[in-house]
Amino acid sequence: MSGGVVESVRPQDGFETLRMEGVTRRFGSSVALSDLNLTIRGGEFIALLGPSGCGKSTALNCLAGLLPLSGGSIWLDDRRIDTLPPERRGFGMVFQNYALFPHLSVRRNVGFGLAIRKVPKDEMRRRVDEALKLVELTEHADKLPGRLSGGQQQRVAIARAIVIRPRLVLMDEPLSNLDAKLRLQMRTEIRRLHQSLGLTTVYVTHDQEEALALADRIVVLRAGRVDQVGTPEEVYTDPVNTYVAGFMGYRNLLRLPVASRSGDRAVLAEPGLRLTGTVREEFTGDTAIAAIRPDGFRVVPEGGGSEGERDGIRITVEVVEFHGREVAVEGVTETGRVIHCRLAERVAPGDKIEVCAPPERVLVYGPGGETGE
Amino acid sequence: MAEPRTVADPRPAEPAPKPGPAGAPAPGATRPPLRHRLAERGIDRLLLLLLPAVATLIALFLYPMMYGVGLSLQPRSGGIFANYVEFFTDPYQSGTVWKTMRLALPAALFNVLASVPIAYRLRGRFRGKRLLTAILVLPVTLGTVLVADGILRYFGPRGWFNRVLLELGLIDEPLRLIYNYWGVMFSLIITGFPFAFLLVLSYLSGIDPTLERAAATLGAGPWQRVRRITLPLLAPGLATTFILSFVLAFSVFPSANLVGEPADETRVMAIAAYQAAFERYDYTMASTIAVLMGAFELVVIALVLLWRGRLYTGHTGGKGA
Repeated sequence: MSGGVVESVRPQDGFETLRMEGVTRRFGSSVALSDLNLTIRGGEFIALLGPSGCGKSTALNCLAGLLPLSGGSIWLDDRRIDTLPPERRGFGMVFQNYALFPHLSVRRNVGFGLAIRKVPKDEMRRRVDEALKLVELTEHADKLPGRLSGGQQQRVAIARAIVIRPRLVLMDEPLSNLDAKLRLQMRTEIRRLHQSLGLTTVYVTHDQEEALALADRIVVLRAGRVDQVGTPEEVYTDPVNTYVAGFMGYRNLLRLPVASRSGDRAVLAEPGLRLTGTVREEFTGDTAIAAIRPDGFRVVPEGGGSEGERDGIRITVEVVEFHGREVAVEGVTETGRVIHCRLAERVAPGDKIEVCAPPERVLVYGPGGETGE
Repeated sequence: MAEPRTVADPRPAEPAPKPGPAGAPAPGATRPPLRHRLAERGIDRLLLLLLPAVATLIALFLYPMMYGVGLSLQPRSGGIFANYVEFFTDPYQSGTVWKTMRLALPAALFNVLASVPIAYRLRGRFRGKRLLTAILVLPVTLGTVLVADGILRYFGPRGWFNRVLLELGLIDEPLRLIYNYWGVMFSLIITGFPFAFLLVLSYLSGIDPTLERAAATLGAGPWQRVRRITLPLLAPGLATTFILSFVLAFSVFPSANLVGEPADETRVMAIAAYQAAFERYDYTMASTIAVLMGAFELVVIALVLLWRGRLYTGHTGGKGA
């Protein structure tokens, strides 16, 4: 990629910080987004992560100006922008269904924002050409969007959003309509664009893998409220509660009796199960929730110490899925709990095995959290 | 949404080679039975289901129409085109073309154009939408005669409309709004608007509202969004709506008699045909006028379709598109 290409879509007027202060949005009596406080630094890639209905799209539409706020304010450095209509904010947006103008050619779709801004013909042509080159669609410039594949349409949508040199790019689940292979490809593409152009991006997704792969910081939302804000590393290894843990792939959320507690270590046990874990959330009482990723487990060799004093979970294997170098195993404990683990050993349904997890991979939360049961 | 295809292949897939006897059959290959070869071309017993519709069409439309055309070519006197020559050389008859067009074209245009802003406002959901739509559509159910009666009372010299204007001092003497061109025009608008409105509303609902939001984020203000996105996508639908409204207005007959001036200003083609058939009992002339009505309608329709053909008519992203 040549330097000139990058220059033509690099944002002209950047900003230091974009602040959302107490942003709230109600629909009738239901609160879609409640008191969102978030500061985005220029050049950052932020992912809003959560299941459908958590308020992430609402937050994005509020940022774009497509939804008026019910409360709070949005500030671009020291200018208040939440009262501006969308066309005066200068943000680019990529929609889930691409929202390409079906009656305009790819070239005129990409040039739409420039035509509105009355950019001179020559400059417009140059910038559109460069944006199309950036997303590798030059040879499709004169086609109508309906003639393109899903991935190509998505690239047109991205080119259309960045050619206006937006201060901020908003992306609303842009990959959710693509098949798995294309999704990976486009994910890399979006990351590459962000790295080479330094575009500040807010990206909405329900896919934690996408958020982890793309974002500098992840905002985990639940029912209109922020649960955790942090780098992918922080959110992945140190989720603040069982909800975030569940979202980050801690598939085993087990509500268990506490056997003993010393410092930040806690031992949880019941018949056929004993786990030592790291306390992540202060709690009192005699039950707690252990969160363990499937890949946190390994198989305990038979006859390794006496029963009841070492960690381990005895399970009967029920379902085995092949995953290349590993197998995904679903097993059941003596007390009927379902355990998901990924193991290097080849096991078969009906096998009785014992698995354990090192204390640093067992996160212990208070009993109030969600376990999805 | 287009089917996701591999990025490397932008061309549409090659059409599959035609099955069946597209070329010479390979030597030695046995020809499949005739029934199979016909089925491959879409000819099978299911086609019999079309029979009632085709029979009805032939009996009730095609035959009478051809009969009418034939009748128009058998004038009471003169050569086979004598009726047509008479129609165009007699200003009393040929003038009806202009009188009909003068009513039907503006009425259709007004109904379509007036529907657009109202339908634009009414798309999407809000409280009371059903009630409002019902009120707008109500005149369809009334029937021309009832509407004509209402027009006579409301727009008459002593009707509310004139009385209000007189009271307000806006006019010195009652406006003449019935038994002339305007009476028929009001009737055409009152009965034609609901059709146009319903059609435009459904065309508008077929346009994905996200498109306008996308245009907004790209910097387009409300008017630019309408002009650059919504109107171009709506235009083919407006053309179709105009054609249907025009055809409806062109065959105006009851209101031209009841609230118009059927002897002169609103002597439309339908009235001329009626007079030929039932006052002079010249069915051949009546048929001629009927055939010409069809011909003039087709000319207008062809012109509109020609314009529509130059527009984008593909999908518009929304439901029902």
